This record gives sequence, C-alpha cells and structure tokens, in this order.
Amino acid sequence: MEPILNVKNLTMNFGGLKALDGIDIVIEKGQIAALIGPNGAGKTTFFNCITGIYEPSEGKVEITPPGKSTQGLKGLKPNHVTEKGLARTFQNIRLFEGMTVLENVMIGRHCRLNAGIFGALVQPPSQKNEEKKCVADSYEVLEKIGLEKYVNEKAINLPYGAQRRLEIARALATNPFLLLLDEPAAGMNPQETKELDDLIIWLRDNEDLTILLIEHDMKLVMSLSDRIHVVDYGKKIAEGTPEEVKSNPQVIKAYLGDESEDA
Amino acid sequence: MVTKKEIKQSFWIALWFMVLTFPIMVIRVNTIKNIIVWRWTNILWIGIAGFFASLVWNYLLRLKEEKKKSDTKEDIPFVHRLLQNDRFRTPFLAAIAIFFIIYPFAFPMYHTSIMISALVYVMLGLGLNIVVGLAGLLDLGYVAFYCVGAYTYALLNLHFGISFWLVLPISAVFGAMAGTLLGYPVLRLRGDYLAIVTLGFGEIIRIVMENWDELGNGPRGIGNIPPPSFFNFELNQHQNVIYIYFIVIALVLFTIFFVNRLENSRIGRAWIALRDDEIACQAMGIDKFKTKLTAFALGATWASLGGVVFAAKTSFINPMSFTIFESIAILCVVVIGGMGSAIGVIAGALVLILVPEYLRAMAEYRMLVFGALQVIVMVFKPEGLIQSVRKIYKFEKVEE
Ligand SMILES: Nc1ncnc2c1ncn2[C@@H]1O[C@H](COP(=O)(O)OP(=O)(O)OP(=O)(O)O)[C@@H](O)[C@H]1O
Ligand SMILES: [Mg+2]
Repeated sequence: MEPILNVKNLTMNFGGLKALDGIDIVIEKGQIAALIGPNGAGKTTFFNCITGIYEPSEGKVEITPPGKSTQGLKGLKPNHVTEKGLARTFQNIRLFEGMTVLENVMIGRHCRLNAGIFGALVQPPSQKNEEKKCVADSYEVLEKIGLEKYVNEKAINLPYGAQRRLEIARALATNPFLLLLDEPAAGMNPQETKELDDLIIWLRDNEDLTILLIEHDMKLVMSLSDRIHVVDYGKKIAEGTPEEVKSNPQVIKAYLGDESEDA
Repeated sequence: MVTKKEIKQSFWIALWFMVLTFPIMVIRVNTIKNIIVWRWTNILWIGIAGFFASLVWNYLLRLKEEKKKSDTKEDIPFVHRLLQNDRFRTPFLAAIAIFFIIYPFAFPMYHTSIMISALVYVMLGLGLNIVVGLAGLLDLGYVAFYCVGAYTYALLNLHFGISFWLVLPISAVFGAMAGTLLGYPVLRLRGDYLAIVTLGFGEIIRIVMENWDELGNGPRGIGNIPPPSFFNFELNQHQNVIYIYFIVIALVLFTIFFVNRLENSRIGRAWIALRDDEIACQAMGIDKFKTKLTAFALGATWASLGGVVFAAKTSFINPMSFTIFESIAILCVVVIGGMGSAIGVIAGALVLILVPEYLRAMAEYRMLVFGALQVIVMVFKPEGLIQSVRKIYKFEKVEE
C-alpha cells in the first residue's frame, strides 16, 4: 500500500506545554484510520498542525496525492492545504450560520473556481456556467450526504446531527483526497451514529477517499477503522488494527488510568 | 400585564434617573445675577417620564421574548416578501421609480438638495455594507476614502481642469488604491484592533489635510469646485441641482445593481463566510487576506465615488466635512438599516439622513438620536430594520 500522508516527528509547543511530542503517523491510501486518545491528548492539535491552522514547532508533514509526487505541507496556509486536497471538519461545529445549507457547500467549491469581481459584475457566459455548475455540484454533494431536503434552510436552524453532516458535505465539496473528521459522531444519537458509520464507509468506497477520524465513540471506531493510532499527552503510544489496540496494555492504561499509581 | 416587580423596578429606575440628571435638569446658575435657580418641577417630569419609559421598555422586552418562543421560524421582512411576489414586484418598483423621477420637479430645490445628500449616504452605506455587513470588518475610518474622493476631484480640477466625468473613474481607481494601501497593513488585525487602527487612519487623513496647506489649502479648504458639465450647456443653479440629483440616482442604481450581483457571487459568499467564521473559511480554501482586501478596497472605491459627488454638489470642501462623526453616521446607517442587507441600508440611509434634516430641532441632537436608536435596534431588532435574506435556489425534484 502507498502512503498518502506521512507525518514525522510532529511537535507542537504551546509555551511550556508540549501538545504534540514527536508524533509519527503514516496513513495509507484507501484506509479508514482513526486517531484516538483521552481528552486533551492532542488530537485536535494534530489536525490543526496538518491543515496549517497552527504552524508546528518541529517535524515534517508530507502528502502524496493520488497520481502526483510527494510534497511537503509545512508552512502552507490553511487555504493552500485545502487546495492540495486535504479537507476537514471541526470538533465544535463551525458552520457559516448566516448562510443557507447550499451556500455552505458552495463555499467548499470556492477554491476550485475562479470568478472574480469583474466576472460577478459583467457575468460573461463562462462565469454564468461556472456559477450554475457550482450550484449543481453543491446540490449533488448534498444529495450524497442526504441533506437535500434542507437546501435553502439557514445552517443554524438545522438539527444537530444534520449540522455535523453538513460539515462533512462542505469538506467534501472541496474535492479532497484525504478527509479529516474531528469527532463526527459527537452529540449524535445511536441512529444518527449508525447512519454516519454507513456514510463514512460509502465515502471511502465510492468517492475514492482516504479518511482519518478522531472519535471517542469506541464502538464506532472499532467497527469502522482499518487502523488505529493512539496518542496520549502528545505522544503516540500505540498503533495497529482494532484488535491489537484493544488488547494493548499501554492503551488500556491510558484510558483507565495507571492502577499502580492509584494504589 | 404589568407585574408588581416591574413597577418596583421602574420606580427605582425613575429614582436613579432623577439623581443622575439632577445637576443638569435642576440646578441652573444664573451668572448675571449670581444666583442659583432650582427648577424642581423638571425633576418631577423626569421621574414620571422615566417611570413610564421603563414600564414600556419592560413590556416590549417581554413581548419580544414571547414572540421568540411562539415561532421559531424567522419571518422574512415585508419588503422582501413584496419583492418576491410576482404580482406586486413590478407595481412596487414602478411606484418607487416614479416617485424618484418626479421628486426634483415636484419639490423645491431645497428638498432636492437634501435628497442628494441622503442618496450620497445610500452609496456610502452600500459601500460600507460590503466592508462591515458582508465581510465583517469593523471599519471606523471609512470617511478617509470619502475624503480621498472629494479631494481628488477638487485638486485634479483645480490644477488640471479635469472634468467631473473623467474624475469619476479616476477617483474610483484612487479609492481602490487607497483602500489597498491602507488595508494591506491593517487587515492583519481583527475585530476591535482593526476598528481602532482604522479609526486612527481616518483621523490621520483629516489632520494631514488640515495641516498640509500646500496641498489643499488646509482648513480654508477648496472652493469654486465646478458642478458636473452637461455637454456644453450652461445650467442655472436649480437645473444643476436637478442634474446632480439624477447623476446620483444613476450612481445609486449602479451601486445597487453591482452589490446585488456581488452578494450572490463567489466573492460575495466568501465575504459572508469570512464574517461568520474566519477559521472555517480558511479551512474551506478561501484566501483570508485576499478576500478581506478586496472587500476593503471595494468599499473604499464607493466612498471615493461618493466623495466626488459630494464635492461637486457642495462646490466647497474642507477637512471639517470628514470628521469621525461622518464615519460613525455611515456606520449607524449600516447597523441600524441591517448589516449585510442592501435594502435595509438604503432604508436606513434615507431615514437617518432625511429625518434629522427635516426635524431641524433634532439636528443638534443627531448623534444622541443615533445613539439611542442604536441601543433600541440592538435590543429589539439586532439584525437591523430590514434583515438580510439569502438567495433561494430552486431545483426540479426528480421523483422516482
Ligand atoms: N491554542 C492553544 N493554546 C494553548 N494550548 C492549547 C491550544 N490548543 C490546544 N491546547 C492544549 O493542547 C492540549 C491538547 O489539546 P487538543 O485540543 O488537541 O486535545 P484533544 O485530544 O483534541 O482533546 P478532546 O478529546 O477533548 O478534543 C490540551 O492540553 C490543550 O489545552
Ligand atoms: Mg479535540
């Protein structure tokens, strides 16, 4: 299998706090990989460092988009990372609340289009077609995710589960090859979680996507993931298949606490 | 209805007001006779007015709460419903068009002149709405670009005799350039910091103009700025006002057309996304800095155009026309009218500029009224007089 994301020795310092401490992670093409760890382990920070929202203190991030050569991501601005084909969702939902559901998805298309101010003013045929295609493409994404009934609804008026799905739809609209999901099931009820499970598998199989997700719902993680990476206090403590991780003593210790300390 | 608690609360508020306004409302020093006059009846009125105002305020607040509970769906403003309705749209727009066409002929010159001021504010408001309402950049120095436009016309005309019509595009370019130059360093800041820095720059431009005698005559300003030329005809004063009126109408129409197209374009959506969530916006592939700079420069362009019209209309400008209060007035137009809502801003500009002009007694207290209005709007209708409405896209449902 070919690696699609290669992270080496990623370190992030916040003042004295080492939120990430020399993390190495390799994600392979077509995988559903999970990043797990206790609260405050540094999972979200890991996403932020890869996507350019934070600039890592040390380390290397390399991607190999399908059919392209390997390239570094370090120092790129978030929008350029997205252009390269990484898209993400946020743990604490960050939708554009004043816009409709469709417009939220259309924002995802932004970096794949190029209409400027003059295009908007004069509206030549090329620009009109681009806009039409943007609307059609965005609608198609909504259909895939199953949100088409909310098309013209304001994003803020959506039920919670639908808002989480809209985040995925928006990310998908940027045409990524790697999708980073930060706790996509947080706050969902069992029914919604089940649907999410199906959606993620469908995305991998039909959209040719590689997926890295952060999740606290162990049932979901164990059933979905091909590979699991475990971090604790900014350090990677284990990696393997769900079975391997489940029985790893260090992982159990990280989640349940050190019994020898308690005694 | 009114609860005991509310009455008690209103009583205390009234008392507080009486104490607060005591020095200015009751005591008056008669400096000629060297005596103090105690105007006790005033305080009584303050108390009574404060008591009832507080009761009404409470009542309105409760009304708002109840309304919020009863319907979760937000209601579309009346004007928008009118415009969306095929049957009413044409007559509605036609009525407005006829009104504005007849206006300068039906009313004396004085009224036309006031309307021109209001329409210039519509332009300025719509321009600032791009910056504040759509892109969410709090710009308190907007008047700086208005100043740039006005002086561009005055100076180019004074030294090179360039006509109004040629200056219009030139000033647009100057405005955009000034916006870019200023925006480049300051747009790295956000929120309050941006507001403070733009406020500073707005004042700097005015102070520079005040002190740079060689450039623009300092506080004495520049006079005898010619009105726009109408081919080769000589127009008398009244005709001139009417002519400028229609030029402004045309510019406003162009602005509305432009803003309308922008709002639902790729750039316009990027602005709104930027306003709603900067981080998510970047993560969706939008270049934050470039997007902000476009909004800022475009807003500046409109201010500059407005400045040219202003100079042509008043035929005299000096730095005193471009104080911080002007920036605040334009900002009030946007916020009270409805952030991001073009119709709201137009309504806001007309109301906020025309009403104080006609209520001369109020003109002195313009800023006070703006402030009070601002508070009332923020409490009862935070989205502004006419809330913005996003475009509805229609799709044919393919039923299986
Ligand atoms: N911008 C920041 N400045 C300072 N400290 C930060 C910052 N962002 C994160 N941290 C710290 O880094 C550590 C890791 O945080 P992070 O959000 O990555 O945890 P997480 O694994 O995502 O946790 P959770 O499961 O609760 O989402 C925490 O101790 C947090 O307080
Ligand atoms: Mg997190």
